[in-house]
Amino acid sequence: MANPPHGGKLVQVKQSSKDSSALAGFKQNQKLQVSKETATVVSNIANGIFSPLEGFMGENDYLNVLEHMRLENDVPWTIPILLLGPHNHHFGSGDQILLVNEADQPVALMEYEGNFEISREEYAAKVFGTDDKAHPGVAKIFAGNECAISGKLKAAVKPDHGDYADFTLTPKETRILFAEKGWNTVVAFQTRNAPHINHEYLQKSALALVDGLFVNPVLGKKKAGDFKDEVILATYQAIMANYYPKDSVVMSVLHYEMQYAGPKEAIMHAIMRKNFGTTHIIIGRDHAGVGNYYGPYAAQEIFKEFPDLGMTPMFFREFYYCTRCAGIASEKTCPHGEEEKLAFSGTKLRKMFADGEVPPKEFMRPEVSQAISKFKHPFVE
Amino acid sequence: MSKYTSVSIPLTLHKRLEKLIAKKTGFKSVSDYVTYVLREVVAMHEMKEVPEPFTSTDLAEIKERLRALGYL
Repeated sequence: MANPPHGGKLVQVKQSSKDSSALAGFKQNQKLQVSKETATVVSNIANGIFSPLEGFMGENDYLNVLEHMRLENDVPWTIPILLLGPHNHHFGSGDQILLVNEADQPVALMEYEGNFEISREEYAAKVFGTDDKAHPGVAKIFAGNECAISGKLKAAVKPDHGDYADFTLTPKETRILFAEKGWNTVVAFQTRNAPHINHEYLQKSALALVDGLFVNPVLGKKKAGDFKDEVILATYQAIMANYYPKDSVVMSVLHYEMQYAGPKEAIMHAIMRKNFGTTHIIIGRDHAGVGNYYGPYAAQEIFKEFPDLGMTPMFFREFYYCTRCAGIASEKTCPHGEEEKLAFSGTKLRKMFADGEVPPKEFMRPEVSQAISKFKHPFVE
Repeated sequence: MSKYTSVSIPLTLHKRLEKLIAKKTGFKSVSDYVTYVLREVVAMHEMKEVPEPFTSTDLAEIKERLRALGYL
């Protein structure tokens, strides 16, 4: 049996077609335009990925998350889920609002509950632990609105995932998938990267201890220098076809905008994967981090604060190829220094591929390098 | 915002907990320790009471999609 959903209930918002009569006839002042990223959040709420949330947070949940890393009802939650919009609306409590995308097409029907002001400075300090606008999450908050509009979703339009539709599974689907495979324990691997050898060893080390591995790459808006979505998918297809056992590994993608909130995001990653039905999650070095904002193992430490998370984190030190050991090693098992570690910075890796070179097979499987080389521009610019 | 209330525990137990916390780092107070332990226990009980979130119709439709996509 899959892990019970977070907060005890897998939220399922009714899915309507965009031509549904329930979503027609709304006047302009009853509509609220949302970004592509917010539309993705809507879809994640509707499919239960953000269970137990049924909509965008109200002020009590928001303040409780900032102060205590929990929803108002004490359920663990570390990053607010807000709909930040304009002040100049005239919605009243109980109004039905049509959320529309930038092309004025319906995204969801929401029952307005209220709005409140957020302090960008407080949000940045408490969620990201910094007010440095060079941090991509902080920059996003300072570029957005300060008015948080709360309400429950009443219906949502099923999103068109285009080329990724066949690789997108909902929590309901993964729960049934795991059950059909007879997996009682499933470890999730969160990634926003093409797989290196170290990722493969991380995943396989975890898989040795459970029934199944759920590889769940994040697709969506990322920072410059990250691999593009299509590259991540192609590289995982390549490595799975050649090096992974079919009966104990599955992959589906997660549409989600990375926050780069380090430890707090690690908890959110665990919550989302719990809703997909996994029981464990791999937390490696600098999980969901960016730059030097978080300690290398801060994302492991934070799990100590959540005895009731309902997910078992599997902590690993960094894996790498050690030239002296002549094999894959980790910070925990290898006594040798940095000079023996085969490592490439993101900058160096990007330059290699731009120059038509590929990294050595000890760093990246040749099939993965070949998959990357097929793309003229594999990195987000 | 999160509010707090008082729960009575025997003074003798409180003293034992104070000693325990003094030896181990991580907890600032007996209240923090008791909150941690109770959250763990409550979550364990809550997990046992959650039914599967899908119907038999869902099951048939989803299995068909999973087969079509090659997952099953």
